[in-house]
Amino acid sequence: MTSLTSEGPMRTDITTRLKHHGGLVALAIILLFNIVVTPNFLQAQTLAVNISQVATIAIVAMGMTLVIATGGIDLSVGAVMALSGALAPLIFLSDFGTAYPALGLIAALLFPLVAALVCGLFNGVIVAVLRVQPIIATLILFISGRGIAQVLTNGNLQTFSNPEFSYLGTGKILGFPFQGWLAIAIACLLFWLVNRTVFGRYLLAIGGNERAAKLAGGPVRSVKIGAYVICSVLSGLAGLIVVAINSASDAARNGNLMELDAIAAAVVGGALLQGGKAPIFGAILGAVIIQLVKYTLLANGVEDEVALIAKAAIILAAVYIQQARKE
Amino acid sequence: MAPLLAMSGIKKHFGGVPALRSASLEVAPGEVHALIGQNGAGKSTLIKILTGLYRRDEGDIQFAGQPSFLSSPGEAQSAGIATIYQELNLVPLRSVSENVVMGQEPRSFGFMINWPEAHKRTRDILSRFGIEIDVTAPLGSYSTAIQQLVAIARAVSMDAKLVIMDEPTSSLDSSEVEILFGVVRELKSSGVSVLYVSHFLDELFQICDRVTIMRDGQTVGCREIADTSKLDLIAAMLGRDADEIAAEGLTELAGGKKAYDEIVLDVDKVATGPRLTDFSMTLHRGEIVGLGGLLGSGRTEAARSIFGLDHTTTGSMHLNGKAFKPSEPSEAIRARIGFLTEDRKAEGIVPHMSVRENLTLALLPSLRKNGQIDLEREKKLVSEFIQKLGIKTSHMDQPIRELSGGNQQKVLLARWLATRPDILILDEPTRGVDVGAKREIQAIIRNFVDEGHAVILISSEFEELVEGANRIVVMHEGKAVSELTNPGITENALVKALAHHEDAAT
Repeated sequence: MTSLTSEGPMRTDITTRLKHHGGLVALAIILLFNIVVTPNFLQAQTLAVNISQVATIAIVAMGMTLVIATGGIDLSVGAVMALSGALAPLIFLSDFGTAYPALGLIAALLFPLVAALVCGLFNGVIVAVLRVQPIIATLILFISGRGIAQVLTNGNLQTFSNPEFSYLGTGKILGFPFQGWLAIAIACLLFWLVNRTVFGRYLLAIGGNERAAKLAGGPVRSVKIGAYVICSVLSGLAGLIVVAINSASDAARNGNLMELDAIAAAVVGGALLQGGKAPIFGAILGAVIIQLVKYTLLANGVEDEVALIAKAAIILAAVYIQQARKE
Repeated sequence: MAPLLAMSGIKKHFGGVPALRSASLEVAPGEVHALIGQNGAGKSTLIKILTGLYRRDEGDIQFAGQPSFLSSPGEAQSAGIATIYQELNLVPLRSVSENVVMGQEPRSFGFMINWPEAHKRTRDILSRFGIEIDVTAPLGSYSTAIQQLVAIARAVSMDAKLVIMDEPTSSLDSSEVEILFGVVRELKSSGVSVLYVSHFLDELFQICDRVTIMRDGQTVGCREIADTSKLDLIAAMLGRDADEIAAEGLTELAGGKKAYDEIVLDVDKVATGPRLTDFSMTLHRGEIVGLGGLLGSGRTEAARSIFGLDHTTTGSMHLNGKAFKPSEPSEAIRARIGFLTEDRKAEGIVPHMSVRENLTLALLPSLRKNGQIDLEREKKLVSEFIQKLGIKTSHMDQPIRELSGGNQQKVLLARWLATRPDILILDEPTRGVDVGAKREIQAIIRNFVDEGHAVILISSEFEELVEGANRIVVMHEGKAVSELTNPGITENALVKALAHHEDAAT
């Protein structure tokens, strides 16, 4: 890259373009590599597996993008996933849930999301009203959320057989995993929210210059709380999907390290950690890149531990590109 | 006697913007030398160049008879220049001794700190200034004044030849100030020079020998303190004398002077805290009321109280005859008040956002249609304002940070005009913009007032107040102390009114 920049305006133009679409370039490279190297990569089944796994990262990363846009961060997403994932089977396996399966299913979908919403409210109030730094504020639920989930389940693995609920993680529409459609629908909705609504405009203004936004009459508190609530609810949803995929809920593992994947995906997708930008589709791109790297290494027999190092390298590259773009 | 420090022809640019055009400074050995000037005059840039934090573009520095090319605060320290900053750079949780000897601890066996010796040395230094305290206690357990003195003691222990004090008394009470003055005199008598930066002019007459005045990045004068007066210094800082005013010409604020009888805003004895204790004013339709006063007199706090940013503890406000007590800016905005803040960068623009998004930020609630922003209307409105105010931008979606200061300011002015306010509070509306944009902005304000609205104007540019304001409320130490009425206000009268209260306060 550096050798390119020194060679006149034409080449500089290419490098700046590379910097602005670094994510897409990276994706292209990974895809190309896989098509050549990884056996059976261009199979419908490979696609389905990857989509079903990437959807949860993407959904959480989009919520994270909104929080990061306000200049904050949410470490509690993984814990919220565990909590909501633990609640769902508790509800439809309960006496009530077995007696009224339909109502039980609705409650098992709705109630965990409400619990996630309360978690988001908790985060948002601590950040926006009590003015605690987001990294500390969300650390509270990061620690306690998973603890609560494990207490609720006595630390046991809950296995179940509930085809209706499992549709969330295993269903297909037009041969495409249900949660993939869901992620796309959420992306469209959030894109509209960020770019076309008053809430979205304030969200970006608060991240860009909070004092200016407040002086212009912006409802700083409620917008910030809103961002944390959306992030938590989406995490709750992702928690349900993971449980549905596995037909089992493991409070100790559900959403473990998800906060890191989500932050990484958001950053790779172009979110600025100081706030003011909310690239929703960028977050999806970031999630896809991270998922594909994981898959590539796994499919080619590289160990999980090494995959973690690769993930770190991606984040490093993304941050470097972000810094370079600021110049 | 040869000067200890001689700086001459110092120039410094920050990204094309000149911060220092031609600054010079001369300090004699054993002299207490004051450095004064308005905010942005270049005092702190000059000091940062002296202490090696910034590198000069041009110019010459001689220190202790030798050319000086310091490139870091550490080098400055070992050359004998010590700086006592406004924010103390000490470690509050460690002991007084540790803070004083840090970096040059007395050793035993070459590797262990000799604590008895360190405490003794610290005690000796402090007692020179008449301070007897437990040097083993954490520094943070003492008052700000003592902490400041410890910082000075540290400087002295390093054999400083020049001690720079930046606003040393801003957080001290009057008895603590006396202790500090004692220390300054002690330094002077032992041959150490002091460079004293302060906004409190009275202090200079008590302890300084000479004073250097800066304005717009230039040194505009150096006087013996005995041969000058406070009025003289204020006039020199502001750069106001009869000839210059005649040469500069008028502002665009002059013109329509007919105010209506109708009172739009009536502020009665409002207080919000220690920095605004007693503020009253009335504002009529079609009128500009100026708030006059020096830095820290409470002008900005007065504006903040009307806009609902600081909550009033006593007093009352009436807007169009009705009681008015805003608790947030959004409430003031709904009551048709706009507030153009002083600090464009920190409180005005959202740099990542476009001209369009910045311009409509205060207007968003009324642009909502079917749950989303009415983009058609937004674009129409923005292009109207771009045209009307002559905002120079390549496109309304250009990021605002790419615009010049004057055009950014016009966008912010448009942000408020778009909300169709009745009252506009303008805090330094033409600061940091070039002469052309300044006149255009003044014309926009004049036009707004002539349409029957009202303006509260805060400005350090005296001609804006003198020519534009129907009345000027003079503020001092958080109080509204007097009022001048046009016609009949002259720059001299205003300067005198400000200086008078400065004098009266002592």
